[in-house]
Amino acid sequence: MVNDFLILMKQELVITLIIFVLLFVKLSNKDTKNETLINFVNILLALNLVSGFFMIREGNLFGDMFHTDELLTLEKNLLNLGTLIISLQSYNWLKDHKHMPEFYILMLSTLLGMFFMISSNNLLMFYLALELSTIPLAALANFDLEKRRSSEAAFKMIVSSAFSSGLLLFGISLVYGATGTLNFAALSTSFTSTPLNIFAFVLLIAGFGFKISAVPFHLWTADVYEGSPVPVTSYLSVISKGAILFVLVSVLYKVFTPLNESWYNMLFIISVLTMIIGNLFALRQQNMKRFLAFSSIAQVGFILIGITGQSAEGSASVIYFVLVYIFSNLAAFGVINLISATTGKENINDYKGFYKTNPRLSWVLAIALFSLGGIPPTAGFFGKFFLLLAGAGRGNYLLISIAALNMVISLYYYLRIIKAMFMDANENPIEDVKAGWSPKLAMIICVTGIIITGLASGAYQYIYSLVK
Amino acid sequence: MNYSSYIALIPLLPLAGFILLGIFGRKYFKSSSGIIGTGLLLVSTVLSLYTAYKYFFVDGKAGDTYQTITALKFTWLSFSENVSIDMGIILDPISVMMLVVVTFVSLMVHVFSLGYMKGEERFATYYAFLSLFTFSMLGLVVSSNLFQVYIFWELVGVSSYLLIGYYYDKPSAVAASKKAFVVTRFADLGFLIGILILAFYGKSLDIKTLMENLQSSELAAISAASFVGISALTWGLTLIFIGGAGKSAMFPLHIWLPDAMEGPTPVSALIHAATMVVAGVYLVARLFPLFALTHAALSIVTFVGIVSAFLAAIIACTQTDIKRVLAYSTMSQIGYMMFALGISGYGGESGLGYTASMFHLFTHAFFKSLLFLGAGVVIHFIHSNEIKDMGGLRKYLPITNLSFLIACFAIAGIPPFAGFFSKEEILLASYHSNKMVFAVALLTSGLTAFYMFRLYFSIFWNKNTVVNSHHGEGPVSMKLPLVILAFCSIFAGLIPFGEFVSSDGKALDSHFDPLFSIAPVLFGVVGILLAMWMYKKESNKPKQISNSLGGLYKVAYKKFYIDEIYVFITKKIIFNLIGRPAAWIDKNIVDGLMNGIANTTAAVSNWIKGVQSGKVQSYAIYFFGGIVALAIVFLYLWK
Repeated sequence: MVNDFLILMKQELVITLIIFVLLFVKLSNKDTKNETLINFVNILLALNLVSGFFMIREGNLFGDMFHTDELLTLEKNLLNLGTLIISLQSYNWLKDHKHMPEFYILMLSTLLGMFFMISSNNLLMFYLALELSTIPLAALANFDLEKRRSSEAAFKMIVSSAFSSGLLLFGISLVYGATGTLNFAALSTSFTSTPLNIFAFVLLIAGFGFKISAVPFHLWTADVYEGSPVPVTSYLSVISKGAILFVLVSVLYKVFTPLNESWYNMLFIISVLTMIIGNLFALRQQNMKRFLAFSSIAQVGFILIGITGQSAEGSASVIYFVLVYIFSNLAAFGVINLISATTGKENINDYKGFYKTNPRLSWVLAIALFSLGGIPPTAGFFGKFFLLLAGAGRGNYLLISIAALNMVISLYYYLRIIKAMFMDANENPIEDVKAGWSPKLAMIICVTGIIITGLASGAYQYIYSLVK
Repeated sequence: MNYSSYIALIPLLPLAGFILLGIFGRKYFKSSSGIIGTGLLLVSTVLSLYTAYKYFFVDGKAGDTYQTITALKFTWLSFSENVSIDMGIILDPISVMMLVVVTFVSLMVHVFSLGYMKGEERFATYYAFLSLFTFSMLGLVVSSNLFQVYIFWELVGVSSYLLIGYYYDKPSAVAASKKAFVVTRFADLGFLIGILILAFYGKSLDIKTLMENLQSSELAAISAASFVGISALTWGLTLIFIGGAGKSAMFPLHIWLPDAMEGPTPVSALIHAATMVVAGVYLVARLFPLFALTHAALSIVTFVGIVSAFLAAIIACTQTDIKRVLAYSTMSQIGYMMFALGISGYGGESGLGYTASMFHLFTHAFFKSLLFLGAGVVIHFIHSNEIKDMGGLRKYLPITNLSFLIACFAIAGIPPFAGFFSKEEILLASYHSNKMVFAVALLTSGLTAFYMFRLYFSIFWNKNTVVNSHHGEGPVSMKLPLVILAFCSIFAGLIPFGEFVSSDGKALDSHFDPLFSIAPVLFGVVGILLAMWMYKKESNKPKQISNSLGGLYKVAYKKFYIDEIYVFITKKIIFNLIGRPAAWIDKNIVDGLMNGIANTTAAVSNWIKGVQSGKVQSYAIYFFGGIVALAIVFLYLWK
């Protein structure tokens, strides 16, 4: 029994361990150097990542509240990888930050929440985990304590998410009222297509939509992204979204199967709105973070297309795309993070002439944007194609056409930044930035990931074999 | 040698060149990068020629039919139970022919650039991009799988973007490269959806399997499934054709082509003769057995082809930039290839159009690259693209003069030059299947002769320009390709093409008929004489004629205002109707909030006021509105 517990929950346990160690260090008031602690956390995260590929068992714990198997372990591993990359990227920012341990405690708590959320086998468990992964995020958004925008971001986030969880909880209680159970396996048979259930389901979808910033539940996104410190923004837009998308796929495919016609149409509407609105707004943004915020809203619209495929391919292509998205978006954020931390510049116009002063960083950013824009041979090209191929399995070509059109629009604005970096002249360009080993390592991981996950078919094949 | 033992080297050597020069070129091979790129490509060219020899004369045939040989194939990824994505190299008559054309023309361009681009600061980068371009096109022509086609298709787009925008400090070049990329990418969306439709019904992405499936068991399903009365097969193929039309610069997606002249001139030669623009024709030819299943899709191909051919020829008569004239002539000739495919049937005698189209692609590659390289020499010499700055250059540039003349005869379809035979075959095929198309094509061929000789006489005869240029035609590396290509432009037409390339792989007899060719040649000669009368000596005849045509001339000169129409649609309609309101919402509602906050002072009271400006509540209202809307839709409307 104890053995089971240790093996099945090993990823959660490692994260909890890190949190406790940091807590004790903080409380003991000893003068531990920040660098040492950050390296310690990074090493443990890396170990956790590696161990996630071994000794994987399938099983349930806590009276079927908690479920894990090979696929879920992989999903957690991807999030762990993303968190590690962000941690490496924020090295320069955190090493002199007096609240460094708190940053990690909060971030890892949300990661823990996401792990539990992925493993949840019961709506109640899901809700608890969701809250664990949300509330510390609001505190993180406020991490630039001296900046007003940061406080405002946190405030907006907490208010909006309280609102959304209230409605989510309302939905869950309706589900319980209608079916008498919250267990996923039981729901998959008893949750039939009655008006009450559909209404409850709409509330649940809105809750998910809020977290992945799908339109019209996305309004908080831009303000919060812009106000938060860059590492938090990247965490919000990549890790937090990824986790919810993983859960959304498995819940829709496995639990709400009786409602599949309704949710298919709902996702269709939401996906179209999300792509179009995300893209149109991204077109005219001047602030890099805000720009990435809207472009990532559009990306989510794309991912939803893959989900509508309702097949093993759909599931696999979504997970694959999240992996690609982790690499691509974090590569972009990594550069922005570095520039913002050293020079404070965040506008697209500041990036004019960037290539002249920082050729390597501009290539990293260019590759990331190419991948986000879906241009071969980067992984983003394959990811998007797979999503569309999976979505086309339902034969809804209207959706596919709209998506393809949006790909062209998005290409336009990604090129805009590439043009600014490589082609535009600037009298006062961003100076030559020294990255330091840690962000460099993170960027190497991302760029390698962007190229390898695209060209080598292994990543998709592995995911697909697990999904089947 | 077995095909599989070396065939992969043909595309991989240019790739190696790209990686080598792209990463280390600027540091280590600053001056030798041209030699390295050219050397690698030379090996590819030799291997391609060897493959062609082996395929066409040794073992390509089984019985009387050329086989499709899968020289290399591996499953790159299995996407689902029945759709897997293979990477491979297939050899059939058209892919082998294209291997030769692409490597050969690219080699000429590489050699020419050794002189032309000498002294450029980013010499190594230039060769790296050229290698990438060649690699992408080679990968495209040998693809065995639709997805592989799509990957390389996009890579062709990326590399053209890089090359057209090569002079990246020139705003017009940057704009042109972006235009080419976005327009073709827009067309590619048709291609993408087309692939998805075919894959959905054909249950495969492998071209061979797809054709087998669609020709037999799934044909009924894909023909029956329809959307607004048009079958799924027609939709799929038409959408794929849109992708092809974008790359091939067919009307009305041709607007990027003239602007693409902003790239270095040898690049234009490559784009126009062997790589980007012929990709669309090649794509239709590659999927021709499928196109042959549906009359509707082929009719669209015919229509677009003939309209492009004719329209471009008229525009070409009025342009004054020599590269633009050549650009429109490419569009016109590609139009020829397209409609030849459109009127063709599958198999036997009815497949003449197919053979003729591929034949024209083959000969066109030689004389079009020759024309562009010749234009390169002229521009290099005179430092201008405008006809008005030129004249009487035959004294300074004898080799260019002669080779340009040969190329003009070839494109005008005068016997015995290469273009005569291929154009002849296209006209013959159209005569047998569609008289209307034939008539327009005949007229176009007369126009072609006229505008090409207008160009020729204006550059090399006409007034005498005083030239104070100190260099002549440039180094041997620039002259040699001209001579070789001129040789090909004379003799390439004598190849009995129908024996090697036909729609079903069986040899097709030559249809040369001296009586039939009287009319086209006559049209050509009239065009040439007219051009001679107007442009050989400096006179004001052209001016008088253009004045007498008045508005018509202006419309043609302005390229039928197609660019303006696009600008009107995108800027005025899309921007105003969609972009503006979206921007307004963002500016006034979203930004307004941010600005409001930024402007308030640091006082706490104001801070609270700033946050509590009602906006978070309004977010909640949108949120709630979304829920209510969804609930209403799914509870009452969309059950």
